Amino acid sequence: MKDNKIETVCHHCGDICNDGILPYKNKNFCCVGCKNVFMLLLENNLTDYYNIEAAPGKSMKNVQKEKFAYLDDTVVQSKIIQYSDDKIARLQFTIPSIHCSSCIYLLENIYKIAEGIVSVRVNFLKQTASIVYNVNKMSLRQLVELLAKIGYEPHLSMNDIGEKRQANTNRKLYFQIGVAGFCFGNIMLISFPEYFGLDVGTKQYFSNAFAYINLGLSIPVFFFSGQDYLFGAYRGLRKKMVTIDVPLAIGLVVLFVRNCYEILSGTGIGYCDTLAGLVFFLLIGKWFQQKTYESLSFERDYKSYFPISVMTINDGVYTPIAINKLKVGDRILIRNNEIIPADSILLKGQANIDFSFVSGEKEPIRKELGEVVYAGGRQTNGNLELEVCKLTEQSYLTQLWSNNVFAKETDSQVGTFQTKVSKYFTWILLAVAFSAAIFWMVFDNSKVIHAFTSVLIIACPCALALSSPFALGNAMRNLGRNQFYLKSANVVEKIANINTLVFDKTGTITQNEQAVISYEGDTLSATDKILITVAARNSIHPLSIRIANFLNCNENMLVQSFKEYAGKGISAHIAGHEVLLGSAQFLNIPHKEVNELSTLIYVSIDKKVKGFFQINHSYRNGLDNVIKQVSKENNLHLLSGDNNSEEPLLRNIFPSSANLLFKQSPSDKLLYISNLQANNNKVMMFGDGLNDAGALKAAYVGVSVSEDTSSFSPSSDVIMDANRFEHLPQFLQYCKNTMGVIYISFCLSLAYNIVGLSYAVSGTLSPIIAAILMPISSVTVIGFTSIATYLLAKKMNIKHI
Amino acid sequence: MLVLIGCSFVLAVGFLIAFIWMVKSGQIDDDYTPSVRILFDDKIKDDEQ
Repeated sequence: MKDNKIETVCHHCGDICNDGILPYKNKNFCCVGCKNVFMLLLENNLTDYYNIEAAPGKSMKNVQKEKFAYLDDTVVQSKIIQYSDDKIARLQFTIPSIHCSSCIYLLENIYKIAEGIVSVRVNFLKQTASIVYNVNKMSLRQLVELLAKIGYEPHLSMNDIGEKRQANTNRKLYFQIGVAGFCFGNIMLISFPEYFGLDVGTKQYFSNAFAYINLGLSIPVFFFSGQDYLFGAYRGLRKKMVTIDVPLAIGLVVLFVRNCYEILSGTGIGYCDTLAGLVFFLLIGKWFQQKTYESLSFERDYKSYFPISVMTINDGVYTPIAINKLKVGDRILIRNNEIIPADSILLKGQANIDFSFVSGEKEPIRKELGEVVYAGGRQTNGNLELEVCKLTEQSYLTQLWSNNVFAKETDSQVGTFQTKVSKYFTWILLAVAFSAAIFWMVFDNSKVIHAFTSVLIIACPCALALSSPFALGNAMRNLGRNQFYLKSANVVEKIANINTLVFDKTGTITQNEQAVISYEGDTLSATDKILITVAARNSIHPLSIRIANFLNCNENMLVQSFKEYAGKGISAHIAGHEVLLGSAQFLNIPHKEVNELSTLIYVSIDKKVKGFFQINHSYRNGLDNVIKQVSKENNLHLLSGDNNSEEPLLRNIFPSSANLLFKQSPSDKLLYISNLQANNNKVMMFGDGLNDAGALKAAYVGVSVSEDTSSFSPSSDVIMDANRFEHLPQFLQYCKNTMGVIYISFCLSLAYNIVGLSYAVSGTLSPIIAAILMPISSVTVIGFTSIATYLLAKKMNIKHI
Repeated sequence: MLVLIGCSFVLAVGFLIAFIWMVKSGQIDDDYTPSVRILFDDKIKDDEQ
């Protein structure tokens, strides 16, 4: 705490009460909204909300009414509601503000507040709430308004409507694992007499019955649990690619055919246990790798950023309309803080539009009547009336999505270490199998088939197939603990390969909060303040704008003359006074040393130096350190949508080899990345806004840096919590080291294969050796990768499981 | 003896069916929220002011 005054914290939202304190029942609140929520909860006996976690609420300062009028529209309703009859309706909302146990408590007890709500069920990890409500007692709009009133506004966007949530596809994997596990366990049990060489004696029919039961149990393992590997291999071969699925599928098929042959012909007991165990372990590996972060969405496009609907004005009548039904020529009303849904012409109102999310420019842009306002901007100054001149899909911003990088479906298997290896592995495996067959053809004809199939069975690269999923899966989990969320485990490997880093500026390496300004020097009189404000207001330089905002004077004075010296400062004659604002050099005074991340703006009035404004640039913590470390191994580039006013500062931070480009449009960025990659660079792009969406998608690895990971972020491979930015070099190094772990575990599994092959080639492989070797090699690899990734994370100070 | 094997097998199939039933009813879809939910007390009315 810098100030000495005691900061009062709002009982509801935990924010510091800057604008006065509202006391109620010995509790302090920061605003009427927060207090109202408390009163509502108190009235309904739900104050446990505040006992489960401290100050769990969301600040209620910026809540607007009338926002949900469009929910009265039956077309919109039918898209949101999943099921309804004449009594109840059921739907599922995504509620980004679900963040703690108190949230679950309040939402699930909300029926105590509103009679119309039948039940609420929260899924914390997905940040969703399934709600059943009584349609006779409550409308959809009332429901949403109630949620918004207590701080849990559902996320309703164009993306959510029209898409009904499909059943969890993960379930199939669970069924497969369940079946494989069941069969594996029972086959082992039934094979016990065989393992221990127990004599079933005269009752030959027992061992026959056991063999047939085993064969029966291996049928569902092969056809149901193992089907993905068979199909995967088939798909890979059709694309002329030898993926890891190919040797696996060969092994599975050979195992199954040999089992059938041996058991049906009565010549042996087959390798049913090996088959079931193999599939079971493989599926476990797949399950381990498949963990996803459900509350995060890596596939968002502009649709999830735009609202569902907008108010149209027709002869003074306001009607809400779904955005995808907007037509050119429609008149629309945009309220304060709403997003402009389509390129339109400004008809009425004071447009002061914040494009920071779209173009990366920091300062809101003022638009005059008759000008075109681009979709995606957020109005910050009162209501506007606009006339739509382009459809949403054809707007300046959304056009980006018609670029073919968005159409391209990237195959995650291509080029991975595992795929590269399995190609060679498969050919060598086949070569060994055929040489063994030829060898025995010459020396002992009876062993040909046995040796050939044994090679294919024992060399089935189960351990190999497990090493990548476990190492990458562990790495992904550990990184997730550090709020560095990967879209899939394969991204770890991609990150290990990168050699070029490209940063966006606004919101990525800068923080979203406004820069901190302070003044030092002689006390400024009221007149001085007005003079400085008026002078600064004449300049459009971002620093001048900030100083003007900082002093916050509304008075005006006559400006007699004004001159701006680019990169130095401004001079103005105002009401007979001479005002100079600028660098020390500009004012001809000695420069004061400050850290390189802040700028000093000196002031002189009538040739007397008054003092200086210190503007601390809001670069992320440790940015210089991050840049220093990553520049050792990577080429750096900066693509900013902003103007180049900060270039000198950034030059100090970035190495001289780095390429800094400013005023880049979204498509410029996309093109730049594509060109880098055309020259064989593996690019990792860091961005945050819609303007980076194209570049993020085009890049080998796209990272979206987000202050609040549950809010919108453009589609990317990684979503990273902005507060973790300073740890970036560690994350990159961790990914590289994880690949090292994979290489070692790969050698381990090869060693096991060589042992197994020596049995197979010599034609002495028995079911029991196969049944021992296969699980042992798998468990070794799983154990090794898990321990190694754990130790790595520990050594590198990365939070781990 | 075959009867015993049959019995053990029926038992095992029973567990498999239970597992499938569990997955179908959505018990594995959310592995976090129930752990929190169970700790909420049902409050008796008007115990505070």
